[in-house]
Amino acid sequence: MIETHEREATPSFLEYQGRFKGLMGWIFSTDHKRIGLLYLYSMLVFFSVAALLGLMMKLELMAPGKTIMGAQTYNSFFTLHGITMIFLIVVPGLPAVFGNFFLPIMIGAKDVAFPKLNLISWWIYILGALIALSAQFMDGGAPDTGWTFYAPYSFKTGTNMLPAVTGAFVLGFSSIVTGINFIVTMHRMRAPGMKWMKMPLFPWALYGTSWIQVLATPIVGVTLLMVVLERTMQIGFFDPALGGDPILYQHLFWIYSHPAVYIMILPAMGVISEIIPTFARKTIFGYTAIVVSTLAIAFVGYFVWGHHMFTSGMSGVALYTFSILTFLVAIPSAIKIFNWVATLHKASIDMQTPFLWALCFLFVFMIGGLSGMVLGALSANVHLHDTAFVVAHFHYIVFGGTGFAFFGAVHYWYPKMFGRMFDKSWANIGLAIFFTGFNALYLPMFYLGMTGMPRRYYDYVEKFHGPNIISSLGAILMIAGLIIIITNLVRSAKHGTKAEKDPWKGKTLEWTVDSPPSLENFEEIPVVTHHPYKYD
Amino acid sequence: MTNHAHIDEHRDDEGSKTGMWIFIFTELLLFGGLFIVYSVYRYLNPMAFHLAAEELDPFIGTVNTVILLVSSMTIAMAITSIQLKKKKLTLILMGVTVLLAIIFMVNKYFEWTGKISHGIFPGSEVLHQSSQGEILFFGLYYAMTGLHALHIIVGMGFIGYVMWLVKTDDVKHDDYVILENSALYWHLVDLIWIFLFPLFYLIT
Repeated sequence: MIETHEREATPSFLEYQGRFKGLMGWIFSTDHKRIGLLYLYSMLVFFSVAALLGLMMKLELMAPGKTIMGAQTYNSFFTLHGITMIFLIVVPGLPAVFGNFFLPIMIGAKDVAFPKLNLISWWIYILGALIALSAQFMDGGAPDTGWTFYAPYSFKTGTNMLPAVTGAFVLGFSSIVTGINFIVTMHRMRAPGMKWMKMPLFPWALYGTSWIQVLATPIVGVTLLMVVLERTMQIGFFDPALGGDPILYQHLFWIYSHPAVYIMILPAMGVISEIIPTFARKTIFGYTAIVVSTLAIAFVGYFVWGHHMFTSGMSGVALYTFSILTFLVAIPSAIKIFNWVATLHKASIDMQTPFLWALCFLFVFMIGGLSGMVLGALSANVHLHDTAFVVAHFHYIVFGGTGFAFFGAVHYWYPKMFGRMFDKSWANIGLAIFFTGFNALYLPMFYLGMTGMPRRYYDYVEKFHGPNIISSLGAILMIAGLIIIITNLVRSAKHGTKAEKDPWKGKTLEWTVDSPPSLENFEEIPVVTHHPYKYD
Repeated sequence: MTNHAHIDEHRDDEGSKTGMWIFIFTELLLFGGLFIVYSVYRYLNPMAFHLAAEELDPFIGTVNTVILLVSSMTIAMAITSIQLKKKKLTLILMGVTVLLAIIFMVNKYFEWTGKISHGIFPGSEVLHQSSQGEILFFGLYYAMTGLHALHIIVGMGFIGYVMWLVKTDDVKHDDYVILENSALYWHLVDLIWIFLFPLFYLIT
């Protein structure tokens, strides 16, 4: 078989026939590209479920009182929505899908450093997902603590916390393994001539992300382990009745979970840094500044966790410190925004779908970032704590930031991954509807939060009714947009026109290989001589 | 055209060791979370921690410390002997390491059952009548030494697996990075104990 291949053109990784056939050829493949797509498909399933849960919650909030579900169901819905979206989608999201697929190609390598470990990490991911989701189907009822598993409720509630917490713990392993793999890959496998400062910005973003994954995840691992022990063996880590301190839980949880926000957003910024120069046909403005701010975000992001706990009771000094550090971490993010906008200055812009996603990203990410500053201010925080304002801010960052970048990345790299072009007009229509729905959904929540509507309630008083109707209609519109976008992508994988090597005129290495790439990406390892975004 | 096996054959010893070192960082941070909890509660309950620590037998602790230190030495010697192409000696030294680990676990078993027979275990009647600080101390004692014991078991499995690789000549004098990695892991397990030992047995 190998001999026949020698005479024909190299088959793409999609066609390549390894030891196994069909489905087995995928779930036992150590090819980084197939693993990336395995993650993409699994996430698509989880995302559809979690998005549907979100829609049902918005429908419940369409009118005061019980609309379509009771309080307990609502509690379990926002818990499952949170666990799925955070632990199964946005935390692993961009690194696991696009990192796996494109990191080796962009640095001129044939695969990641540990291909087998890479496959194992997908299996661990699926195992963790199954454990976490099994909580829904066992006796005792679905978990109802929210995705933060706050003590002491997480070990007092009668619902199935154990599988949910254990699942999150297992998912942490997957995250760590991917992180280690990427760090070693970037240290050891860059193509000849690709010095650190010649590495494209998406790999750079992954580098920062991987370090956070490696250094922060163990903390939440051991914290969740403590909750497990607390529930099974009555060790009083966080139980005031046994001398434990529930606030300590919050500290440990956010020591991981705040850096985790940067696990979500750094690769998103990396994607935007790739899309913008490609469609601006121009070198990115301030390459070094973007690299440095990536590392700065990764570093400073460790020291801001306390801003989740401004009302939990901390000393004044701690409050000021965390507040100042929170403002500090905004600086590198702002630097990146300025760099992207400056790149567009006097550029010959090609308005393609991925670029439109990047523009929408800039718009929503700015709203998300600036509302974060409002929450980082101590006095404003006390007023807005645990209100819909926080939910709006959070979704503008995580969905608006990571989500938009994710869809931008799907459209940007779609021709490379599947070897076909998507239908551009449907993609743009989908984006327009999605973008309108998104803002209609979350903008009113800023107002609702300002006027005092708390988060995580299935009911509200009459005065919040109006904005909630807009918000719920926005949710329906947004889901409609999503359906168009996803249907278009799925359809085009079969019916789209064949893609060329470089349909967008990108300059990074992935555009020099076939679409879709062959199993080993490069016939010969390239030698890199110039900067990644060299447009003459 | 190469086939799929080629990618799996990619060999980079330096890269493997880098990966192992980063993994060791994550292990340290995992225990780091518990060390934070320990220090916070020790700070809040100094007297109770003092009293509870006197319940533990420093003799068993010391014996186990010596056992682990010696086992770290034997695994390091195993690396040297594989470099010198002494396959049989390598296997013996690794076997001694695993044996010492088993002795450690036996000691641990007697220590734990002794405590449990005195009614000192999480959720027990005896502990419920003690002060909150003592409940926390023993809770941490079981959690931290338990997690450490789990690492000993994993380490034994890892070294056992590498022994098999040495036996089948998959690990040889010019290709032994997995042996080095198992040794690194074993040193980590040893190192964590070096911190656990004074925290529970010596500082009173």
